[in-house]
Amino acid sequence: MEPKKPKNVFQQGAISSEFIGNSIAKHQTKTSIGAHNIFLGQVRADVIDNKTVAAIEYTAYDDMANAKFHEIRESAFEKFDLTCMHIYHSLGTVKAGEICLFVFVSSPRRKVVFKALEFIVEAIKADVPVFGKEIFEDETHQWKVNS
Amino acid sequence: MEISIKYFGQIAEVTQINEEYIEFSGHDVSELLCVLHSKYENLKHKDFQVAQNQELVSEDTKITGETIALLPPFSGG
Repeated sequence: MEPKKPKNVFQQGAISSEFIGNSIAKHQTKTSIGAHNIFLGQVRADVIDNKTVAAIEYTAYDDMANAKFHEIRESAFEKFDLTCMHIYHSLGTVKAGEICLFVFVSSPRRKVVFKALEFIVEAIKADVPVFGKEIFEDETHQWKVNS
Repeated sequence: MEISIKYFGQIAEVTQINEEYIEFSGHDVSELLCVLHSKYENLKHKDFQVAQNQELVSEDTKITGETIALLPPFSGG
């Protein structure tokens, strides 16, 4: 399958489990697929200096981010034998415990999807201009840094 | 030339605006940064990268009049 033009990667707010479930269901008609792999990024209630993270507020340089998501997509299709691939990332406020990143890869064979998913998630973390503001329960904040 | 500069995340907290247009007569990124550092003193305490036309550039990259963006460390996912 040819790599497609990027869909809109960004969603306002958290990514619901219903949305994730529906995405899986939509692939039942694609019967050349033998293996899916899914990464779900969840907002962690980190405790920093006795203050607990209640939510992360995401902003992005949208145009550049979409271009980077597209590049990551293209290079993933080039490197791995994928049938399809979907990326969704939240913008705006996502509460602790909610999902902010959903990456879904599918292939005829399992070994491919393990490698592809790690490649894609690491590339997103390193190359896409998204910025997370960690909001504490007392409404102060600090800026998240990916480790 | 007039260039558009976008600020994101904690950089936008320092500048207090998300975007502005400035008249720039220098040549490269380092000269532009001099202008911005003198305008926003607290920028020097911040870690950021510069993008021109949505690509990351280095300090000696020539400013061509495209959109410039100051990007703090990425923290998606």
